Amino acid sequence: MAHQKFNIIKSTCIPIQIDNCNTDLIIPARYLASTSRDPKFFGDAFMHDLRYNAKGEPVDEFVLNQPSFCEAPHEGCHEIIVGGQNWGSGSSREHAAWAISGYGVRVVISSSFADIHRNNLLNCFVLPVIVSEAFQQELFASIAKDSNTMVTVDLPAQTVTNESTGHSEKFDINGYKKYCLMNGYDDIDYLLSQTDKIEAFENK
Amino acid sequence: MGKTLFDKIWDAHVVQKVEDGPTQLYIDRLYAHEVTSPQAFDTLRDKGIKVFRPEHVIAMPDHNTPSDQQETIHDPIGRNQVETLARNCAEFGIKHFCMGSKDNGIIHVVGPEKALSLPGMTIVCGDSHTSTHGAVGAIAMGIGTSEVAQVLASECILQSKPKTMRINIEGTLQPGVVAKDVALYIMAQMTTAGATGYAVEYAGSTIRNMSMEGRLTLSNLSIEMGSRAGLIAPDETTFAYLKGREYAPKGEDWDKAVAAWSQLKSDDDAVFDKEVTFRAEDIKPRITYGTNPGAGIAIDECIPTLDGMNESEQKQFLSQLEYMQFQPGQKLEGLPIDYCFLGACTNGRIEDFRAFASIVKGKKKNPNVVAWLVPGSWLVRQQIIDEGIDKVLEEAGFELRLPSCSACLAMNPDKVPAGKLSISTSNRNFVGRQGPGARTILASPLVVAASAITGVVTDPRKL
Repeated sequence: MAHQKFNIIKSTCIPIQIDNCNTDLIIPARYLASTSRDPKFFGDAFMHDLRYNAKGEPVDEFVLNQPSFCEAPHEGCHEIIVGGQNWGSGSSREHAAWAISGYGVRVVISSSFADIHRNNLLNCFVLPVIVSEAFQQELFASIAKDSNTMVTVDLPAQTVTNESTGHSEKFDINGYKKYCLMNGYDDIDYLLSQTDKIEAFENK
Repeated sequence: MGKTLFDKIWDAHVVQKVEDGPTQLYIDRLYAHEVTSPQAFDTLRDKGIKVFRPEHVIAMPDHNTPSDQQETIHDPIGRNQVETLARNCAEFGIKHFCMGSKDNGIIHVVGPEKALSLPGMTIVCGDSHTSTHGAVGAIAMGIGTSEVAQVLASECILQSKPKTMRINIEGTLQPGVVAKDVALYIMAQMTTAGATGYAVEYAGSTIRNMSMEGRLTLSNLSIEMGSRAGLIAPDETTFAYLKGREYAPKGEDWDKAVAAWSQLKSDDDAVFDKEVTFRAEDIKPRITYGTNPGAGIAIDECIPTLDGMNESEQKQFLSQLEYMQFQPGQKLEGLPIDYCFLGACTNGRIEDFRAFASIVKGKKKNPNVVAWLVPGSWLVRQQIIDEGIDKVLEEAGFELRLPSCSACLAMNPDKVPAGKLSISTSNRNFVGRQGPGARTILASPLVVAASAITGVVTDPRKL
C-alpha cells in the first residue's frame, strides 16, 4: 500500500471523550473476519456499535452523528481525533487502526495510548500524539465551545497547537519513525534491507 | 548492576539498535491465527517475497472455530478466513494445525502445552493475549498485522524497549482463591493502564508455589493492565511441565536446555523501573462489575459508590454501570445470571476443568443457566476424558464442547444475546465483547462453577 506522506496537518477535530476506549469499541470483533484490505470497509465499521443501534439506525447523541462532527474527514476537516486517556487498550487488532485510517483520520491526540495500538497506528501512517492531560482537557473544552477549533500538528517541528488558545506542546517521536512518516517508508522495507545483519545474528 | 530476566532475554535477541530509533529484535517464534494474518500474507505476495524462516512459524485457526461441531463453519465469512489461513500456510510452507485436528486449539493453550513456547524465547503473535507464553520465562508480546508481516518477512520486529516492573505476590492463597483471582485483584489495584509502557515480571512466594496452568492464567491477563509482556522466571515447576512434551528438547539436549534456562532469572541486584508487592492473604474470590477488567471487587463486596470520584470519573463509572444494568453500591452476590462460560486462553486448561468439576461434582446445573464448557485444545479435551472429568460434568448436567475461543469474543456461533448476563472465565468484559449488548462478569472457574449450580453469582466458599 502506498502511504500518504506526513508533514503539517491543520484541521478541525472529532472529540471522542471516552477513557480506556478499547479496540473492541473502535471496531467490533465481527468485522475482523474479513480478509479484505479495503479502507472503506474498515472505515464504515469505525466505532460501529456506538454510531448505530441494534437496528442499524444512527445513534443521534454519538459524536460522529452530531451535525458539528458528522462530516466525513477531508483536508482541514475532522482529520484529527482527540481521544480519552489510554486510547486503544485491549485487543491487538490492527483493524482498529485500519478503521481510523479508513474513516479518514490522520492524527489521534490523547494523554496516553495503549502500546500495541500506538504501534499499529504508526504502521498505518496515523500519527499518535501524546499530550499532557491539561492540554488534552483544554482541547476538549475548546472544541466544546467551538466545534470549528483548529489544531495544527507539525511533525517536522514535533509540536501540536490549539489554534483557539494559541497553546502549544512538543510531542515525542523517534527520529527513525519521523523520517519514515515524512517519506512514506514502511518498517518492512527497512527490515528487508537488513538481511545481512539478521543472518549475521543467526550465525553468531 | 545486575540484569532483570526481561533484560537478559531482550539483550540476547538484539540484532541492532536503529539509530535514533527502535531496537531490531530477533523473534524465535511467530504464532499465526486466521484473524490477524491474511493481510500480512497479502503484503508478502505484494512484495513477491517468501517467509524468511518458515520453520519458526506455527499457525492454527481458533477464533472462528465453532465449539458444537467442527465439520464446517456455517458463516461464509468466517469459513473463508479459516480456509485462507490453510491456503496461506500451504503456499508459504508453514506448519498448520487445522480445525478439528488433534493438534488444534487456542494458540495460547497449544503453544505451551506442546512446548513450542520455551524459556528464553522471543514469541509474538497478532493477538494481545500472547502475553500468556511469558509464563514459561519468555518475552511474549502481542503485535499488529503489519508487524506479523515484518516477522514473516524478516524474523524481526522493531520495538522500543519497555520499562521493567516487578510485581511481587507473597504468602499463601486462601482456599477458593486461584490465579484468576490474583490477576483480577492485581488489575483492580493497578488499573487497566497501570502497566502501559512496562514489561512485567511476576515474582514472590505465591508465584513460586503456583502451578504452570495458574501462571499461564496470570501472564495471560498482563495485557489487561496494559503491560507489553508478563514474565515468570522458569523453575522446577516450569521444567516439570515442559519435560517430555511434543516439541521439548529430548535427552542430552534437554539437560543442556535446563542448565541454560536455570540462568534465566533476575539478578539479586537487578533494579526495576517500578516494583510493587501484594499479599496473597488480601485476595478473595473476585468478580468484575464494569466494562473493563480492572473494574472489579471481591465477591462479597459491593460495587463502589460515587463517593470520592470527580465529575469525569463519575460519568465514566456510571456509563459502565448503565451498560451493565447495575447500580452504585449494589451487591452482586446472589444476582441471577443467564450464561456461564468456562474456557478461553485464560482458563481453558486442564486445571481449570478440574477446579470446575470439583465444585459441580454431585450437584446439578441450574436449569435457567446456559453453560458453555469449552476446552482450550484437543489435548486438554482428551485429558478431561482420560481423567473422567467429562463424566462428572455430564452427571451434573453439563456438556463438554469442542476446542475453540468460543464465547470469549463473539467471532463464532457462541454469542451471548443482547441484555443477557454472563459470568465468564474469559479475559474481557468490554461492551459487546461476548456479543452485541451482552453483559459480562469476569471470574474464576470456581466462581463460574458455583454460579452455574445456583443460577446466581455465588461465592464458591459458601456453596
